[in-house]
Amino acid sequence: MSEGNALKEFYAGLAVMIRNFDLVKRYWKWEVVFFAYTIANTVTMGFVGKSMGGGNRTILYMIIGATMWSYLSVLFEVLAETVAWERWEGTIEYTFMSPMKRITHLVGTCSFAIVYGMLRTFLMFIIVAPLFGINLASMNMLATLVVLIVASISFTGFGMMGAVLPLISPEKGVQVVHIFQAFILMVSGVYYSVSVMPKWMETLSYFSPATYALEAMRETVLNGEGVGAIMDKLVPMALMGVILLPLGLLIFKWGEIFSKRRGFLKRNG
Amino acid sequence: MNYAVKVHDIKKNFKKSGKIIKALKGVSFEIERGEIYGLLGPNGSGKSTLIRLMSTLLYPDCGKIEIFDHDVLKEEKIVKRMINRVSVEASFFMKLSAIENLRYACGIYGFPFGKSKERILRMLEQVGIPKSRFNDPLENFSRGMQQKVAISRAFLTSPILMLLDEPTTGLDPKAKREVQSMVKDVVREHDATILLTTHDMEEAEKLCDRISIIHHGKIVAEGIPVKLKEEYSAKTLEDVFLEVIGVKIEEADENE
Repeated sequence: MSEGNALKEFYAGLAVMIRNFDLVKRYWKWEVVFFAYTIANTVTMGFVGKSMGGGNRTILYMIIGATMWSYLSVLFEVLAETVAWERWEGTIEYTFMSPMKRITHLVGTCSFAIVYGMLRTFLMFIIVAPLFGINLASMNMLATLVVLIVASISFTGFGMMGAVLPLISPEKGVQVVHIFQAFILMVSGVYYSVSVMPKWMETLSYFSPATYALEAMRETVLNGEGVGAIMDKLVPMALMGVILLPLGLLIFKWGEIFSKRRGFLKRNG
Repeated sequence: MNYAVKVHDIKKNFKKSGKIIKALKGVSFEIERGEIYGLLGPNGSGKSTLIRLMSTLLYPDCGKIEIFDHDVLKEEKIVKRMINRVSVEASFFMKLSAIENLRYACGIYGFPFGKSKERILRMLEQVGIPKSRFNDPLENFSRGMQQKVAISRAFLTSPILMLLDEPTTGLDPKAKREVQSMVKDVVREHDATILLTTHDMEEAEKLCDRISIIHHGKIVAEGIPVKLKEEYSAKTLEDVFLEVIGVKIEEADENE
């Protein structure tokens, strides 16, 4: 790619990212509603942890589950619903007929999702932590950040694969995305250890990057483990990212061709 | 001959509820550079399908479309840089302002906002959007105003082929006249080729250098409006349509 074209793609990706922030700004009332819901859910989980006994450690165990899941959900939903959202707004044809490469489109969306998700999670933690007098003295900050980055890459691939569903099925795609998301929540050990599940469910949990992300996060926050100690979680998560990202992009491209053949690339209504 | 568009034997079927709908049954025509070409037909005649094929949003079952000698299927990215479109629905992020929408539209064509900002403001002024409304959400704009912003969006990327898909449908007579005169102005200024689909015969007569009538996925008549009227001994294009199709366009719409 020439320098000029690379620059054009950069501006295109930036435009996608800025547009999404513009939408957050304009739909701020909905943002407040969703944020309040997430806070309430996290606080509830914190109290569930408190009622179980075990003090700071159990509370943190539950809160890590809630905050991490909230972050991963944002990543997944923003990406998976990017097509559905544009179909609903009516701009899908204009975005897809622009010369922007599909990878630029998706990277722009991912970048927004990561920045937005991290800001939201950070803000949520600041609000929730004082309620429980959470002590983060044992947290390994660097290792926690590494977990977040690797988990983001891995989940982005998942999101791209999810995004193909509303592309190939305008009517049922979004519903299937939510079923898929609920299934990941169930098998990934968000609020419990995966070892309590039946064997077949536990086996499935090893195919979800969220399982490794949650386990690694708990070890860095609760036990203060460093990067070296969580390699057994980071490596499979990174491998999933390496496989899922290009696979997600490939599946999305296939979905786009399918939609263009069937005439699905159009607005709702 | 210098052609902007060459459409050769395009066929397209859709599957709907287990039935095959033949949207285009072998459509061929050419548009010369700098021409305003009108595609006239009732609802469901295949006009929008053709526009979507040219916009790279749809693949034909067979046939070939070339835009400035570039194959729409094989050279999609080059074609995308040459075209833009105004559709019957304004198709914006309605909660975003005109500036926010146009900033996005320029951005995805690779224009940095810093450089395009001035052009966006100038274009919005040119189409008659008051400065005080630039930052208002588009959902608060009238349909006519939204359509003017849509025309700005399309011309901001300097397309050499503009696809206007019923840009005045649903507008009140005043807004319709304004949009029509704006199309003429911007065409003159930007030196673009235009493909206009409409079922408004008066509009076609006013704007188009050449027209074709499409019905049930087939081109059934083509020519310069004056010559078509002579050929069918008709006073208006509506009479030509009646002669060719056998019913008035409104009736053809109802039958779809």
